[in-house]
Amino acid sequence: MDLAGLLAYGLFFLNLVGIYAIMALGLNMQWGMTGQFNIGIAGFFAVGAYTSAILTTGPSPTWLGGFDLPFLLGLAATVLVCLPIAWLVGRITARLRTDYLAIATIGIAEIIRLFFLNEGWLTNGVRGIPGIEKPLGTGNGGYLLIVTAFVALIWLLVEMARRSPWGRVLRAIRDNEPATAAAGKDIARFRLQAFVVGSCIMALAGGLYAHFVGFVSPEAFRPLYGTFLVWVMLIAGGSGNNLGAILGALVVWLIWSSTEMLAGVLPTDLIGSESAFRVFLIGVLLQIILVSRPQGMLPERRPPMPGEPR
Amino acid sequence: MIEIERVSRAFGGLQAVREVSFTVATGSITGLIGPNGAGKSTLFNIIAGSIPPDSGAIRLQGEDITGLPTHRLFHKGLVRTFQIPHEFSRMTVRENLMLVPAAQRGENLLKSWLSWWKVVREDREILRRADDVLAFLEIDHVRDELAGNLSGGQKKLLDLGRTMMTDARAVLLDEPGAGVNRTLLGKLAEAIERLNRERGYTFCVIEHDMDLIARLCDPVMVMANGELIAEGDMASLRQNPQVREAYLGTGSSGQTGTGT
Repeated sequence: MDLAGLLAYGLFFLNLVGIYAIMALGLNMQWGMTGQFNIGIAGFFAVGAYTSAILTTGPSPTWLGGFDLPFLLGLAATVLVCLPIAWLVGRITARLRTDYLAIATIGIAEIIRLFFLNEGWLTNGVRGIPGIEKPLGTGNGGYLLIVTAFVALIWLLVEMARRSPWGRVLRAIRDNEPATAAAGKDIARFRLQAFVVGSCIMALAGGLYAHFVGFVSPEAFRPLYGTFLVWVMLIAGGSGNNLGAILGALVVWLIWSSTEMLAGVLPTDLIGSESAFRVFLIGVLLQIILVSRPQGMLPERRPPMPGEPR
Repeated sequence: MIEIERVSRAFGGLQAVREVSFTVATGSITGLIGPNGAGKSTLFNIIAGSIPPDSGAIRLQGEDITGLPTHRLFHKGLVRTFQIPHEFSRMTVRENLMLVPAAQRGENLLKSWLSWWKVVREDREILRRADDVLAFLEIDHVRDELAGNLSGGQKKLLDLGRTMMTDARAVLLDEPGAGVNRTLLGKLAEAIERLNRERGYTFCVIEHDMDLIARLCDPVMVMANGELIAEGDMASLRQNPQVREAYLGTGSSGQTGTGT
């Protein structure tokens, strides 16, 4: 690969890192800060991607297009559409403890994916929605600036949330629910808020993804890409630590992408199973992290007291 | 004033609390004693909204609060501690206290985002209150420790400290003295007395340490086998044959009459 090719690949790579970093930040609000075991990330990611795809593309006979909204309005819509969906899911699952919440959310994510797959009038079904344009005719370089700005903004918002009294209540819930209730906090309300805000952040990442790739289809929202990788990123980076979530996205996506070259080095009789091999490698990576550094690369730190510098 | 009126609760075939009625007068430190399994903690859980009663009613200042969830009771001025300390183990001692005050501006996420500096200013005020409480309880030297690292007795003090971060009118203390050494116990009793005297807190205290009960509480309620069997000051209860047999006496294991 020559220098220009490497640069082009680097831009492509970093855009996806940014999009995954936003998802990891959303998950950090749910898991890292509150202890909610959401493994339905792909569902909210898909809601965002499809919302933005449908609202920003031109008219089409095969799906509900033609709104032609500008990029930023489409992104705003991802949050607005995700809000009631996440609220509903959160209300239904609010009383569920970790493992039951996990089962419920993965089911809901699959329901959402199958909805997009089967409601062809809305989403063009399995053929997907093509022709989602980047704003202002930017290439991957210009788009990277936009994605980076969103990573910075979301990081700031999630970090402020973490340091606020709101985040303190979430950490208390994660630590000891009966005592949090005894301190007068409405646990269900705080859990629901964290779930909804985290899910809307994932939807926003979905919107950014749709414009970056230019094409959405149900295939992209299988649990492996949408959910599993994000979990590995957050745990590897350091759950509870927002910079860790971003670092985890970078490192895990680097490893994941470099295993794409596996096809060239695998023994001939294993060619064709490289995708299974990649998942296998990521699984091994996760095991190594969990055993050797369970807190992740950047462990959680306590937020500073008011007036304390940091 | 907490009025407990004919409260009953069964777990399966076990009648844990049977038709218990008594009143915790405003400004009193009311004791609740009895052998293990007498139903004291169950009654506390019912008053504090952790479990609903099968029948009966709880009133706080005349208002029916039966079955209200714990966090709602908190806002009505009724708070509790737990038999086993319920600290937030992965938060610092200061954070444990700072969590408690009600209606913090920063507990609203939007306000935290949009008026960050106001939230920080308010939090600074809450921090000062927390430090005052820690100084009052004389555990300010551990203020930045994780609460999980405290000794059992310090955790009990921290539990009490959390109730001091509220505008509580009535506090339910479930065995505040359990596992606390003599020196610390004196400090704990002193803190409870001061809160009662200086801030007008009403207390209802479950405790097995009869010296502590005798020092703090008047009146004292005695429960056995889910029923209230006596009430009065500690001196008179010590003379009461029924109480002696059920609890204070020579520990006869031949308790009979479970009743069901």
